[in-house]
Amino acid sequence: MSGARDWWLMAALLCVGIVAPFLFPALVAQFAFLWLMVVFALSWDVMGGQMGYNSFGNILFFGIGCYTTAVVQRDFGFDYFAGLGAGLGLSGLIGVGAALLIGRAILGLRGHYFAIGTLGLGIAAAEIAGGWHYIGAGAGMVTPVFPGGVDTRNLFFYGLLFALAGSCFIFLRALYQCRFGMAINAIRDNEDKAEAMGLHTLRYKITAWCVAAFFLALAGGLAGNMIGFIDPRDVAFAGATYGVWMVLMAVLGGKGTLWGPVLGAAIFHLVQELFWTYLLGWQRVALGGLIVLIVVFYPQGIMGWLRERRAGHAVRDGEAQA
Amino acid sequence: MIANLELLAGYPVLGLDLILNGLLIGAVFALAAYGMALVWGVMNIINIVQGELVILGGYIAWAAVGAGVPPLLCVPLAAFALGLLGWGLYGTVIRRIIERDLFISILATFGMSILLQQLMNQVFGADVRTVDSGFGTLSLMGGMVTVAQVKLFAFGLALLTGVGLWLFLSRARLGQAIRATAQNPRAARVLGIDTDRTYAATYALNAALCGAAGSLVVMAWTIHPYIGLQYTVRAFMIVIVAGLGNVAGVVFSGLGLGALENLAGFVLGAEFQVAFVFLLMVLVLIVRNLILSRRRSYLR
Repeated sequence: MSGARDWWLMAALLCVGIVAPFLFPALVAQFAFLWLMVVFALSWDVMGGQMGYNSFGNILFFGIGCYTTAVVQRDFGFDYFAGLGAGLGLSGLIGVGAALLIGRAILGLRGHYFAIGTLGLGIAAAEIAGGWHYIGAGAGMVTPVFPGGVDTRNLFFYGLLFALAGSCFIFLRALYQCRFGMAINAIRDNEDKAEAMGLHTLRYKITAWCVAAFFLALAGGLAGNMIGFIDPRDVAFAGATYGVWMVLMAVLGGKGTLWGPVLGAAIFHLVQELFWTYLLGWQRVALGGLIVLIVVFYPQGIMGWLRERRAGHAVRDGEAQA
Repeated sequence: MIANLELLAGYPVLGLDLILNGLLIGAVFALAAYGMALVWGVMNIINIVQGELVILGGYIAWAAVGAGVPPLLCVPLAAFALGLLGWGLYGTVIRRIIERDLFISILATFGMSILLQQLMNQVFGADVRTVDSGFGTLSLMGGMVTVAQVKLFAFGLALLTGVGLWLFLSRARLGQAIRATAQNPRAARVLGIDTDRTYAATYALNAALCGAAGSLVVMAWTIHPYIGLQYTVRAFMIVIVAGLGNVAGVVFSGLGLGALENLAGFVLGAEFQVAFVFLLMVLVLIVRNLILSRRRSYLR
């Protein structure tokens, strides 16, 4: 999918994004979460899909964003909007800084060692946040109250998250079309050969991680404020929910494609809301089963399935002509 | 933290107590790690659900004791029950991911672990559980060092299982089939080994080891539905340090990990003990990779 069709789809999504909160005012918060999920899936796919580095610990940057924004709002004495803005700015910086710092060491790991190493990082961060008194330890942090009604507040965060998801998509689309996209795809396909071709692979890997970290940190700052309460294990570093979801959404939609994560996030968000509403208490059992099903039977995702089908048609057409 | 260090320097016997108890729990970690090394080496699957199998073994022992079974009988019982479960899991999920890439097997077993966590929470409740084994406590050095006898029992049993596993793999027919399949599945098939059955037996054996470990954990320490991942990570760490196919190495790195973790838990405070375990794993990975990168190589 490329060119004109991409632009039509983007325009359609833009219209939907603008109209949806006014058509369904009761569901604004749900829609805001949907855009958050899109950011999750897109930013995970930079590493997991396009570069073949399956991180299970990207939630780390989300949590860093949550806490940084909340600490700035608490300690810097700005009014609400200035505090949020400053907090988000600092979140982005610290997120990228953390990615740079950790990236050098951990991006030398490959394959499943990278996957499990990052899983460990995410959980360690949750445990450290849960014991650190400066950021509220296990009791978590409460973000300042939004000046205005609940509806205005939801609409405000909806708008910001929509903008974030949109800019993330457009930025990644441009990134994948230039040399950088080809370089990280080369790393996915064969890292040794990519290095032999003269690519400075570590530099590309760190940059890709920084991109993911930046968007996740901003998403964290916004989501922490929208939820209003930052629990170390269930909101900020929620490895068992958000952390797995981002992997699952990208896989469901089709990892390594541009539209796959968006599609996967939309479908997954719907399914997840249904699970959490109708299967409360058993939602993770259902989710775990779903993960196993998707991964075992549809590892190529929806986009991959579509492509395979189209390729199958093409082959059959070719045979018919011959 | 500094105060804890001073305390430790002032009373070395306290350190002895910590290290001794750590060594004893380390043997149980090693028990779960044997299984992980086995599945990893033979089937090339990193079994993230390992820790949940351990905890499930603990719950089965706990339920059996509640039903009036003597605690010592619970160890083989839990091992047997988990072995059956492992066989079932192999038939339903694991056999479908065996020849796929590692990302798929990690994600699939991770899904199974999320599923089992909440299932255990629903079936057995969210409380922290433990079982009274009926053993006493051993006092050494005039009461300065105390060791629960059940921990000594767990330690002995874990070591015995290690020896038994080594004998099984080197002598028994099935053990040889497992090793042959690990070396080259195609060649093993050509030579008449039913690799599918060998894989199933390997996974069931792994689950049984986890069950035994879990029943020891519930007797000597406590269990909770959501702490399985810690045991997975410990097993993983032990296997990376020891390498695949090295039973003695697994025992020694298990013991080392147990002692180190117990000391760190005391020095850093109990709330950071889990963080220490996970960070240590990341550190072990990075250091191993740095050592390898001097030879222009990396962990495979």
